[in-house]
Order: sequence, then structure tokens, then C-alpha cells
Amino acid sequence: MTEVEIHGLTKVYHTGDVDVQALRGIDLLVERGEFVAVVGPSGSGKSTLFHILGGLTPPTAGTVAIEGQDLTKMSDAQRTALRKNKVGFVFQKYNLLPTLTAADNIEIARDIAGNRGRPPDAQFEEALKLLDIQARLNHKPRALSGGEQQRVAIARAIVNRPALLLADEPTGNLDTRNSDAVLTLLRHLNKRLGQTILMITHNPEAAAFADRIVHMRDGRVVDPPPEA
Amino acid sequence: MRTLLSVVAIGVGVTMILTLAGVSRGMLNGMAERSRGTGADIMIQPPDSSVIGFTGTMSEKFVDLVRKQDHVALATGTLMQPVHFLDYVTGIHLDEFSAITGGLHYLEGGPFRDPSDLLVDEIYARAHNLHAGDMVDMGHKWRVCGVIEQGKLSRAFADLGSLQDLFSSTGKISVVWLKLDDPANIPTVKAALEQKLEGYKIVPMDEVVSLFSVDNVPYLKPFTRVVIALAAFFGFLMVSLSMYTAVLERTREIGILKALGASPGYIVGLLLRETVVLAVAGTVVGIAMTYGTREIMAVFVPNMPQAIVPDWYPVAAAIAVGGSLIGAVYPGLKAANQDAIEALAYD
Repeated sequence: MTEVEIHGLTKVYHTGDVDVQALRGIDLLVERGEFVAVVGPSGSGKSTLFHILGGLTPPTAGTVAIEGQDLTKMSDAQRTALRKNKVGFVFQKYNLLPTLTAADNIEIARDIAGNRGRPPDAQFEEALKLLDIQARLNHKPRALSGGEQQRVAIARAIVNRPALLLADEPTGNLDTRNSDAVLTLLRHLNKRLGQTILMITHNPEAAAFADRIVHMRDGRVVDPPPEA
Repeated sequence: MRTLLSVVAIGVGVTMILTLAGVSRGMLNGMAERSRGTGADIMIQPPDSSVIGFTGTMSEKFVDLVRKQDHVALATGTLMQPVHFLDYVTGIHLDEFSAITGGLHYLEGGPFRDPSDLLVDEIYARAHNLHAGDMVDMGHKWRVCGVIEQGKLSRAFADLGSLQDLFSSTGKISVVWLKLDDPANIPTVKAALEQKLEGYKIVPMDEVVSLFSVDNVPYLKPFTRVVIALAAFFGFLMVSLSMYTAVLERTREIGILKALGASPGYIVGLLLRETVVLAVAGTVVGIAMTYGTREIMAVFVPNMPQAIVPDWYPVAAAIAVGGSLIGAVYPGLKAANQDAIEALAYD
């Protein structure tokens, strides 16, 4: 079953009098439970693709659908709801709220989704075991290592069981050992729990953890697109 | 640290308001206490006088007249002579005044010996660093002949005759103070004097003391209002700017919340809840700091005593919470509605 369906996706940024074409007609399908790595150099448009899929910015043209919901027709409020319910983010800089403990960083995502107070489902409990952060949940981000912070960020991203986990250079700030650990965790989440993952990276070694690698250059997918 | 600074900034605004309100109250309380310290039972003033402003004059002969009234044990006249803004020298007949007040307690020096001699109370002496023997210029060069314990009507005293001559008020006084044989006779004496001295203000001391409020002091009410309004305005600005800065510094966190799917309403609600907590904490800190300002005022400006004013706490709290909320709403709304990608990129 197709989780993400992108056809003819275009994004143009207007900078003063200049138009910058970040995406030039992307076609991409991601199946449910698939782990896809999007690889490309700086300026290839992979971050723009990440932002559009995450509902952080609207596309200029084309269609983008997650679980059949077309993002191109969504209002700001609907894209906010999409981020709340359908998409989870993992960032390069972790982006944990510094004043909250690890547990509260996860809880605030549940609160935003309207799930505060409800017991987490069994799948999330299993994910927490995989992430191995139970002993660090009462610590604030500054007391956690980079690898631990990123594992908390992953827990926060999946706590509301999103259809799509978007990871933007998730190992960009980590050393090799922690990078391998985080990538292994993402792979376990994908294989054991069936979490669909789309990971942006410029690192071929990180991309190798994915089921499939999509190459981008100059706002285009340069691989042959999968069958529609 | 940022949270602590916000709380302190709010606290400073609260302290400013409470200190100014407290100084107004403290000065009035001091005046009331000093009036009570005369030991008199009844005060008589001329018809055109303000009851607690001690303005207007009348003939010194009234003292002899009322002295003959039944139940009057002691009577003395005083002249309140303004010399500086908020500074008075009170002309007294030292013997009569000492008798009616129960005696002056000299901390330094002694009674008047010369027409230019001045007695000051301990607060005035501390505020102006004066000791017995020092010269002080209050429009006229006075020699401090003694320092007395505070609480007896005024902070500076001169011989009545000398003061009258100096200010061309020969034979004039502002107030006659009466001590009765029994305080129970106050209504009787008051009624009798009102018949004899038609139009004159014959006021029992309990009533005089109760009149010492902001509402009854000429110019003090509008002055206090203006000062407190300014304090409230600057307190409000301080609190608002503090919150504005605090929210701007949290732009990245707001970006994270937006990425998690938080709506602008959720973000603003969260900021406002935190703001209220900060404002309440700031109010508590501000109230605590007023005890510090009171001690500082007592050391450096002892003639401006600061009262603790619990009835002003709700007003200060309302200004702190209101100022914080208004300060937080605009940047909060701005941040909640800004582009999530830009907010996430904020450092």
C-alpha cells in the first residue's frame, strides 16, 4: 500500500525579485513500511522535499499525498493537523525543548496531539525498549549525550504513531558509534514495528541502512522513479 | 537564568509601585504619629485653614482665651512655617510645648538659648547629618542647639517669638493645642468652644489623626496618583519588554512546537500560562524586595519612611500580570504565526 505519493512536485521560493526553483517536478512513491533514504548534495532540494512532506511549507505545484491526503489542497491549519497526527520529525540538531525533561519532551508531543494522560500503546513501549532511554527519561537535554538526545527525539517523533517518520540528517551531529546506533534503531523501528521512514542524508553510509536510496540533484530525482 | 531574570524584572516593577505607594503612606503615617505625639486632646485652627495642612494663621491671644475654658488643663500655640518643599519649622513656646507633650527627650544638646537656635528630631538630624552645634541653612541660618527624640508634632522647632519675628508673623500662630483634665470632656469642651469661636476648626485629636490619608492632604492625592501611575507605567514597560525579549529568545522552541503540530492557539496558550506563573513569581519577589527598599530608605532617606502596603499587593499583582500578558501576547502571536522553518533555523 502506498504511504507517500508525489507527482510533478515543484517548489519555487521567491527571494526579492528572484525566483529560486528548489524542486523541479519530483515523482516519488513510498510504500507503507518502507525505509527510504533521499541522498543528494547541498542545494539538491532534499531539505525542501522534507519540509513539504512534513507540512512545514506548501508546494508550488504538483501533488503530494500522505495516506491519501493531498497536502497541496491543505490550509495552514490542516497542515498543522497533519504534523500533529501523520508525520513525525527527527532533526539533525535534535531540537528537544531544553527546559523539559526527556519524558516531558515526549509527553508534550502527546499533549499537542490530544493524547496527554492516555497510557502509551504497547508498540510505543516496545519502541522505548528498542531506544533504551528509560533510565534517562528524567534528565533534561543538557544532561544527555548527543546519541541519547537523538533517541529521545526519535521517541518523541513516533509517540503518536505517525504514518511517516521524517528524519533530516539524523546522524549529522553524531560520532560514528552513535550514528550507527541511531541508524540501527531506525532500521529496527522500521523492520519490527513497520514504521515508514524517509531519511534525508548526504552520507552514503547512512543511506545504506535504508531499503531504498533515492538520489536527488538540482531539484530532481535522478534515479528512475519506482513504478506508479 | 532567563526565567530568573524575567522574574526579577517583573519584581522590580512591582517593587517600584509598592515602594512609591509605601512612601506616600509612610509619610502620612509619620505625620499622624507626630500629631498624636503632641499629647493634646483638641486642636483649634483658623477658619481658612486646612485641617492637616496647618495653613492659615490666627492671633496668639486665642491661647489665653481658650485656656480659661472649663476642663482645659494646658494650652499652647504653635506656628507652622514652611521653609522648603515638605520642610516646616514649627514655632513653639518650649515650656508649654514640653508640658503638653509630656517632655522632650534630648539626645544631644539642650533647649533654645538664642533666637537662631533650632531643635531637630533624630530623623531630621540623621537625614541631614546634623549634630548639636552645627549650622543649617533653611532660608535662614539656624544653629542646631539640640537633637530630640522623634514623634512630637514636627521635625524642626524654633522659639515661637523668634520665628514670628523672622517671618513677619508677630503675634500669629497656626494651631492651638489643648490638653484637657479628662479626655471624657472632649465633646463638652468642643461644643463650648464651637459656640465661642464660630467658624474656627475645633477638632478632637482622634479625628485629626484619622484625617491623615492621601485623600485629605492637599496636592498629595494627585501627586501620589501621578507618581504611582508613572511607576505603574514604567513597571508595565519593564515587565512587557522583559517578556517580549523572553519570547523572542524562545523562537526556536516555538518552531519545534510548530513542527510537532502545535497550533498558534496552543503556543500562545502555553506562553500565556508560563507568563502568568512568571508574573506571580515576580510579584512575590517584588513584594519581598519592598522590605529591602524599606530598610534602604530608612538608612539613606530616613525622613521618608516607607510603609508596607498589603492593600496595594492586588494592584501591583494586576499590573504585573497584565503587563506580562500584554508583553507576551504580541511576540507570542508573532512567533506562533511565523514560518516554522525560519523559527527552527533561529539561533
